[in-house]
Order: sequence, then structure tokens, then C-alpha cells
Amino acid sequence: MNGIIRLGQFGINICERIGISGIILFRAIFRKPDFKHGFPALVEQLYSVGVLSLVIIMVSGLFIGMVVGLQGYNTLVKFGASQALGQLLALSIVRELGPVVTGLLFAGRAGSALTAEIGLMKATEQLSSMEMMAVDPLHRVIAPRFWAGFISMPLLGIIFSAVAIYGGYWVAVQWLGLDAGAFWSNMQASVNFNIDVLNGIIKTIVFGFVVTWIAVFQGYECVPTSEGIGRATTKTVVYSSLAILSLDFVLTAMMLGGW
Amino acid sequence: MADSIIQVKDISFSRGQRVIFNETSLDIQRGKITTIMGPSGVGKTTLLKLIAGQLAPSHGDVIFDGDNINQLSRKKLYQIRKKMGMLFQSGALFTNISVFDNVAFPIREHTNLSEAMIRDLVLIKLESVGLRGARNLMPSELSGGMARRVALARAIALDPDVIMYDEPFTGQDPVTMGVLMKLIKMMNDSLGLTSVLVSHDVEEAASISDYIYLLSEEKVIAQGPPEDLMHSNDPEVKQFMEGLPDGPVPFHFPSSVDYEQDLMDGRQ
Repeated sequence: MNGIIRLGQFGINICERIGISGIILFRAIFRKPDFKHGFPALVEQLYSVGVLSLVIIMVSGLFIGMVVGLQGYNTLVKFGASQALGQLLALSIVRELGPVVTGLLFAGRAGSALTAEIGLMKATEQLSSMEMMAVDPLHRVIAPRFWAGFISMPLLGIIFSAVAIYGGYWVAVQWLGLDAGAFWSNMQASVNFNIDVLNGIIKTIVFGFVVTWIAVFQGYECVPTSEGIGRATTKTVVYSSLAILSLDFVLTAMMLGGW
Repeated sequence: MADSIIQVKDISFSRGQRVIFNETSLDIQRGKITTIMGPSGVGKTTLLKLIAGQLAPSHGDVIFDGDNINQLSRKKLYQIRKKMGMLFQSGALFTNISVFDNVAFPIREHTNLSEAMIRDLVLIKLESVGLRGARNLMPSELSGGMARRVALARAIALDPDVIMYDEPFTGQDPVTMGVLMKLIKMMNDSLGLTSVLVSHDVEEAASISDYIYLLSEEKVIAQGPPEDLMHSNDPEVKQFMEGLPDGPVPFHFPSSVDYEQDLMDGRQ
């Protein structure tokens, strides 16, 4: 009996947290735009969330593309189908690896930083002091960070995919001697912009929304102690990773099902 | 009490199972320095947050200049807060911007003044706390006392009616403490502010206060001008004002087992 009560309580707590996070996000982003203060804050956050994530995204993309190129070549060459490497590389990166790996890296690099920063602002009473100066921290702190994450993630996903394809090209063509014309023409013939590229971008938009939402909520609602901030940061990475992987399945099923 | 700017009426507030206030009432007089005193953990900072509307009581009302804080819309509450300033214990300066920008922050947020005008205003505020020369420093480069003075300059940036100080003297050296006392008194008198001071530094707070409320165990246990409380014969008031280690507030945390018995139990 106690187990059922605890399970019920657990379910209610989860629903309550989701509800609170929804209200916080709603209050933060649904309001009259304030370009005078909002735009400079957005640019600052785009730099912090987006530009500073570029290095890890590009380096990871390069290596992942190189690995996929190497593995793909070694498998395809056994069947005499190495010419199809461009197709394999582009589809696997644009459809799946690009959005998912970018999302996971984004959660680890930018999501955790957002949570820690907002949590520390809460612990040092900066958010309270902002409230006392009649400035709503949801508008001044949460909203620009949310929009910056939401805008950055698809751009980072596109950059990741482009760099990964170049990494695969470098391994397959420059290193292993695959014909460049076959590599690019096969890729061009098999990749459909609307089905493959656009769907990949839609995934990055969804992942960007979810990761940034989780990150700002965990920071804003964390227990304002060093332990609380640590836990919130961990939760951001764990919840975001799980959300990305599960949503990727749902989105892929919807996309393949011809929604 | 005549001309109260803040009235706290029968408020009750709990954190989980722990009752912080149980139908507690107090009035803050306009233009005076009122100090809320009491032992650590009694809820002094919580009281300031209740007055500012950052927390809501489970029962009772907080009236600020005629407005019931707990019944205001979010928008109206933020408008009312322009009339309040709060000096947090840590200073709560924004760590990513300079001293100048910290003080300019509320002015930039709430006015459309030109940068030249904002510069003048910020320099006036910083000069009043003696830190005009530190305007280009970052908060991490300031001492604790300097950070509180910058926070004070920021709190008065919009010329509020009421300023609330949360433990302004805690952890300060005697010189800084003297500077802060002088500033609080000077701000109150020269700017015509109402000051609410939360402190457990008895001597310092009493020397600048017009009125003191002493909180203990969910209630106001004494109130009056500092000299009245200093000469009170009430044992609880006397213990706090004179800093006696034992009295109505016991030195020992209550234990269900006798001390001798407790030691013997360990041997067995």
C-alpha cells in the first residue's frame, strides 16, 4: 500500500515540476518584446551559449565524420560498394548523428553552464536583488538565455554536420583514395533537402528548445547551496540527454511515418 | 502608531513544519530607523522578504504605503518595489559588470535618461558612499565592506522611500562597521528615507535606531526606543541585549537523557 502511495506521490511531483517549469517558461518568453534591454542581453548570451560552444562542436564533428568515414569505407569496400560512402556519411550525419550528438554536446557544454550560472546568481542573491530593483529575473535573466539556446542549437547542428561531412571526405577521399566525384555525386543524388536536411534541422530545433528549457528551469529552481547547484547541473545533463535520445526516437518515427 | 509606512498585521508564516511567525504584528514609522533584532534563525531576513513581497504569509497582511502587498498583481508589485531598496547581506552585486554598471543598472532599467545623465547620477550615488574612485573596479576586486557600500549606492539609485538592510554589519571590521553606521544614519536623515534594519549587533544597531523590535519564538517579545530595551528588566530582553550566554534561551540544546546517564550509557 505504501509503495502505491509513494508511486502516486512521485507521479504528482513530476506533474507538478513539469507544470511549474511550463509556467516559468511561459512567463519568461510570452511578453511584450523589450528590444532596448533584451537585444544586447540576447547578443551577449548568443556569444556565451553559441559562439563559445563552437570549438567543441567543430572538433567533435570533425572526428565523428572521420570515424564514420573510416568505418563506412572498411565495411563498404568488402562488398565493393565503397562508392556509396558519400551517401552513407551524409545520411547518417544529417539525419541522426548531427542533431543527436550536437544536442548531447550542447547539453554538456552550454546547458550545464546555464544551470550553474543561474543557480549561482540565485545563491548569491543576485536574482533576489534584481526583483527588489523591480526587474523581473524571468525577463532579464531567463528569457535571453532561453532564446540564445533556442537560436544557437540549430546553427551549431548545421555547423556540426558540415564539419563532420568534411571530416569524412578528408578520410575517404584524401586519405583512402576514394574518387571525389563519386563521393560528392552519390551524396548529392541521395540526400533530399526536404526529407533529410530539413528533418535534421527540425530535430535540432526541438532539442535546442528542450535542452535550454531544462537548463534554465533547473538553474532557476535549484536549492541555492553549492550542493544544490551541483545537483541541478547534473540533472540538466542527465535529463537533457534522456530527453534528446527519447525525442529522437519519437521524431524519427514520425518523420519516417510520413507525418 | 501614527504615520506608519509599513504595517505588518498578524502574519503567520511557516517553512515546512517549522513555524517562523505566528500572528506577528509590527509597524514601521515613516522617516525613522527601525531595527528588527533577534537571535539567528528567528526569521528576521524572512520578515524583510515578506515585507518586499518575495514571500507570502499564510495568514495576515503586509501593508506598504496603503497597498496590501499580498493582494497586488505581479505588475503592480514590481511598481511598488521601485519605492523600496534592499541591501542584501552579501551585497548581491552582479559579478559580471563593473561597480559603475551595477549602480547604473536600475537607472538604465527604469528610466530613459541619456548616458551622460546616468553617468552623473551614478557618480553622485557613488560619491555619497565614498566610492567614486572605485567605479571601474569589478565586484570581485572589492572588499566585503566596499561591496556593501556599492550595493547601498545601487539601492538608493532610484531614490526609494524605504530602504531595508539585511545584517549590514555582519563580518565587518570596526572601521567598516563605523562607516556603514554613518552611511545608514546619513542616508536616512539627508534623503528623508525610512530605514528598516535587520541586525543582531546590539550596540551598533541601538546607537542609530529610533525604534527596536525584538523577535523571539515566532513573536515580537519587546519593542520600544533603544534606551527602553537596554534598561528592560525582562529576562529574555536582558539576555539578548546584554549578550548573556544562558537564560531564558538556554545554553544547552534540550536533551531527553540526563548528561551523567548519557555518558554511562556509552560505557555499557
